[in-house]
Amino acid sequence: MILELEHIEKDYGTASVPIPVLHDINLQLEKGEYLAIMGPSGSGKSTLMNILGYLDVPTRGVYRFDGVDNTHASDSTMANVRNQKIGFVFQSFHLLAQRKAWENVALPLMYAGVSRRERKERAIDALSRMGLSDRVDFYPTQLSGGQCQRVAIARAIVTNPLMLLADEPTGALDSKSGQQIMDIFDELHAQGMTFVMITHEQAIADRADRILYIYDGYLKGGKRE
Amino acid sequence: MWENIREAFDGIRSHKLRSALTMLGIIIGIASIITISSTIMGTNEQIKENLIGAGNNTVEIVLYQGDYPFDASYQPVPEYVPILDVSIKNELEKIPEIEISSLYYKRDAYGMIWNGANGMNQGTIYGVDDSFLSVYGYRIRSGRGFLPEDFSEYRKVTLIDRTSSEALFFGESPIGKTIEINGEPFTVIGEFTQSKAFQPTINTLDDYYTYADHSGGKVLVPMGVWSVLYKFDAPPSVVARAPRTDEMTQAGKAAADLLNGLFEVENPEVKYKSQDLLEQAKQLQELSTATNRQLIWVAGISLLVGGIGVMNIMLVSVTERTPEIGLKKALGAKKRKISLQFLTEAGVLTCIGGMLGVLAGIGLAYVVSRVSGVPIFISWAIVAATVIFSFVIGLFFGAVPAIQAARLNPIDALRRE
Repeated sequence: MILELEHIEKDYGTASVPIPVLHDINLQLEKGEYLAIMGPSGSGKSTLMNILGYLDVPTRGVYRFDGVDNTHASDSTMANVRNQKIGFVFQSFHLLAQRKAWENVALPLMYAGVSRRERKERAIDALSRMGLSDRVDFYPTQLSGGQCQRVAIARAIVTNPLMLLADEPTGALDSKSGQQIMDIFDELHAQGMTFVMITHEQAIADRADRILYIYDGYLKGGKRE
Repeated sequence: MWENIREAFDGIRSHKLRSALTMLGIIIGIASIITISSTIMGTNEQIKENLIGAGNNTVEIVLYQGDYPFDASYQPVPEYVPILDVSIKNELEKIPEIEISSLYYKRDAYGMIWNGANGMNQGTIYGVDDSFLSVYGYRIRSGRGFLPEDFSEYRKVTLIDRTSSEALFFGESPIGKTIEINGEPFTVIGEFTQSKAFQPTINTLDDYYTYADHSGGKVLVPMGVWSVLYKFDAPPSVVARAPRTDEMTQAGKAAADLLNGLFEVENPEVKYKSQDLLEQAKQLQELSTATNRQLIWVAGISLLVGGIGVMNIMLVSVTERTPEIGLKKALGAKKRKISLQFLTEAGVLTCIGGMLGVLAGIGLAYVVSRVSGVPIFISWAIVAATVIFSFVIGLFFGAVPAIQAARLNPIDALRRE
């Protein structure tokens, strides 16, 4: 069990006037599993994703990741978990425009305290795995959307995380590039990577082992029987 | 740390115009401080040079009545003031700060000296002993100096300097000619000149009055014949030379104390005081420094405004770079790392601004110097201090934006697209 949510709830708004966004979320995920979460906008799936990625803290409940309950850990601990155990893939790539492809990929390694030389080696290695070994010194503006997303995936896997979180990874791409990204995900999954993916598209979600639906903050079928 | 500086340069490079505008306030502030301090210290150097530059570390000890030199032309000298003779010099030269000393009488030469119809309208006449020339470092340019016989036989001979020679003889050789001093004929035996050229820089009327005495002509006669010229006169003044400039004040005080010790009354109304040029220079310097220090405050305000400009732009920068900050946080950058990045950027920015300001300040000081004639005086201590100060300003005013950046919630930051 890599991930376990117990009675997770999240309120926005003020303490006196809370606006509940997530209600009693329970979820269990095995190592190597490929999970797709679907839901309309405003259903709370992004909030759930942020909690899974330690970008947000649940109001109530327990979140165990890799066997550790870090639900209310310090900012610094959460930063370490994000840095070393979780990889993020965003809809809009979030690459730094002033940095070359390899520098973007090497960024998380910098926060992990890896030496500059090793960073470059590992970044180039990760880019090669994405089929971008000839784009190492390109700037994001010189790359196509699909290539940008592959750089972003390289950045997500460069630290050898336990889990990848993908938020609408094909949302900004044409269908061909989207297919390519999904193929890469399949490949990574085949190598044993755990995936949690948010998507609107049924066709994309169908690639996953398991699909869960979230409506109005309620997640159905998260808990294994 | 190195990574941070590299990142700061990346940030600055990617927003060149904005960075330049941010730095502008700092550049102006630092440049004005450098210029003003250069002007202050240049003026001080000039004052010091004007007053003591040519004086060979000499200090004059003169009889004073209250705050002014005693004027013997309309009143008798009090009886308690001893008559000094040459033997006092042995006593004076026992003072460790005094190398050599001389006794002299001195009067304003206005309307006193004539060569036929040519008069000197500015200058001083001195009755001197045999060491006067060497104390001041004067040397004979042409003719001869005073001989022992000139003193012992009370010869009416005179040495005149270049300025007097020009005024009386218009460039002709004065040697052997006779001039009239206070109605008495004197034979010019030589022309003397200062060993070091002394040209005080005169920018204002005040400067003129301050240095008029130094720029006027000098006419020397042997001390013995002084009584022929002025029947009753004050006791002689003393000039002493110190081995080093910073010992002048001490030498003057010690000499004045020694002379006043000869008086047989307590708290005399008339007493010897050293006309300490170093002290005088200091007072003038303090005056000019005090005026200009207010300008430094004004420059300091512009530096403060520059600092606020840095803060302002850094705050904008934080807002603008929110997605970047959010991403870095998502990738595992800690709060400390983020705030350090912004602090470094502010520090690097103001540091560069400070250095550019120093360059601009030196350039401006050069222009001021060309226009006003005040010498440039760049103190490297001040340069270092201002650069460090601008760096500190960067850190200080960068702190608020840095903390704000570190506090950003990564989800809010990522969401804002």
